[in-house]
Amino acid sequence: MSESKANKQTNSVHARRAIAYIVLIILSFLCLVWFYVLFINATRSNNQLKSGFTPLPSKYLVQNMRNLFNGATPVVQGMINSLIIAACSAVLCVYFSTMTAYGIHAYEFKGKKAIFTFILAIMMIPTQVSALGFIRLMNQMKLTDTYIPLIIPSIAAPVTFFYMKQYMESNLPASLIEAARIDGASEITIFNSIILPLMKPAIAVQAIFTFVASWNNYFTPNLIISSKMKKTLPILLAELRNSDWKTFDMGQVYAMIAFAIFPVIVVYLLLSKYIVGGVTAGGVKE
Amino acid sequence: MEKTVQKSNNVNKHNRWGYVFLIPFVVVFVVFQLIPLISTIYNSFFENYKSGLKQVGPNFIGIQNYITLFKSGDLPTYFKNTMIMWILGFVPQILVSLLLGAWFTDPSLRLKFQRFFKTVIYLPNLIMASAFSMLFFTLFSDSGPINSILVSIGIFAKPYSFMSHIWSVRGLVAMMNFLMWFGNTTILLMAGMMGIDQSLFEAAEVDGATATDIFFKITLPLLRPILIYVMITSLIGGLQMFDVPQILTNGKGDPMRSSMTLIMYLNKHLFSKNYGMAGALSVILLIITGILSMIVFKVSATNEK
Repeated sequence: MSESKANKQTNSVHARRAIAYIVLIILSFLCLVWFYVLFINATRSNNQLKSGFTPLPSKYLVQNMRNLFNGATPVVQGMINSLIIAACSAVLCVYFSTMTAYGIHAYEFKGKKAIFTFILAIMMIPTQVSALGFIRLMNQMKLTDTYIPLIIPSIAAPVTFFYMKQYMESNLPASLIEAARIDGASEITIFNSIILPLMKPAIAVQAIFTFVASWNNYFTPNLIISSKMKKTLPILLAELRNSDWKTFDMGQVYAMIAFAIFPVIVVYLLLSKYIVGGVTAGGVKE
Repeated sequence: MEKTVQKSNNVNKHNRWGYVFLIPFVVVFVVFQLIPLISTIYNSFFENYKSGLKQVGPNFIGIQNYITLFKSGDLPTYFKNTMIMWILGFVPQILVSLLLGAWFTDPSLRLKFQRFFKTVIYLPNLIMASAFSMLFFTLFSDSGPINSILVSIGIFAKPYSFMSHIWSVRGLVAMMNFLMWFGNTTILLMAGMMGIDQSLFEAAEVDGATATDIFFKITLPLLRPILIYVMITSLIGGLQMFDVPQILTNGKGDPMRSSMTLIMYLNKHLFSKNYGMAGALSVILLIITGILSMIVFKVSATNEK
């Protein structure tokens, strides 16, 4: 009796495991198939693309890429622009967010609690709601069509600040900070030479997330940048959609989308350990 | 006694540095967020737009912009569009994430290749939304590969025009949102599930509870705070929906503006320099997200106790 029950239970575990694998495989397929089709189509010529889809790659990838780089859209410049903005934003964001978090974490001063609560309260407010005032102010400050409005605001990043603060609470006890105070060294030196290295794991995770957010951002750069050679990749992609794409060489269109997507996938696969692990700590308090 | 006094002085001396460390954040926040926000609210009470080459205003008109927004019917329509596309994406997202989370954390299942699956389902989240929607636009275009496949295997007799039907456009937007966010939600819910005391599951198993019983009677009720957190942050994200429908429909929200979202509408006013209406729309969005984030704040605060 009890043996048959145990048997039944193992059977049901087997069945549930099989269902779980099938669902996971279907979902993985749904996540990846688009990029597979993109890759295939980026390797095919315009004529081949017009004659329908085939699941096997052709040999026009290099040709399509060459056409793309020689074309009218400055994609390489766009990628360099995106890289510069995203890298500068990530560096400034993690450095100053760590600094802000350290200011709140390590010191006792009047108004500290109020400031902390205030930062938490504004954490969820989207940047879009102040976009109108932002553009008008940037206009008055003659900063439109420069990268300053896209980079400097990342210094005040409540979400990154909150992550750093949480990390400090579990990894940076007061005794450690007290011990770090070497005689004669200023607080800034202590922060730069002792505290920052201790924060490396958190800094790596947040640098990646800030980089990605800035790299993918379309709304703000689209309102700020107007010169062709200063445009970022998302703006160039939106312009591709806006142009009369039917007259385009479709091989080149796919090559451009592939150019925007595949480098990110490669970097992601290299860093996926940090990224997937870093997701939770940003949102849910444990 | 002497020593304690000295020590507290020492601490006080250090503590002034707290303010110094906060200066960059506060200055940047005031200049790039607070002043723009105040100016946005201020602008919402003025009539200020370009009509052809003629500049109208700025004239103070009180809450007339808000009345126009509601009366013209645009705001309710775009709010409805945004909510429909959010719900279409969010419902499958939360169901799939709950299921996957329960499977990944179930010790009796011992699923293999977990890291591989997690890496794959999180991947679409990092893809540039503008590139992803441009990709979907080409794949689902009338002469694109999806139509070519569907016709060749005989599902459709002739290519289906995905971009000119209301529900196929909304469906595509929802599907992209689903693909981009279910991996992220799964990982968040998993963290919550792993935080549940394992002895509860063991006790339930000893008492003869099935996996389904355990999921509905133990996991789900204990996950409630995280579920609320996930739902409201997703709703706040949903209200900001922009890149995907903007690029998929080329900013038009076609067909018949049925996929036009609130932020697309804001973007349109910003480009046409209708500052009064853009301001009023921003303030309404600010109020909605403000209320929603207060709920998150409350939930997280009670969760902590």
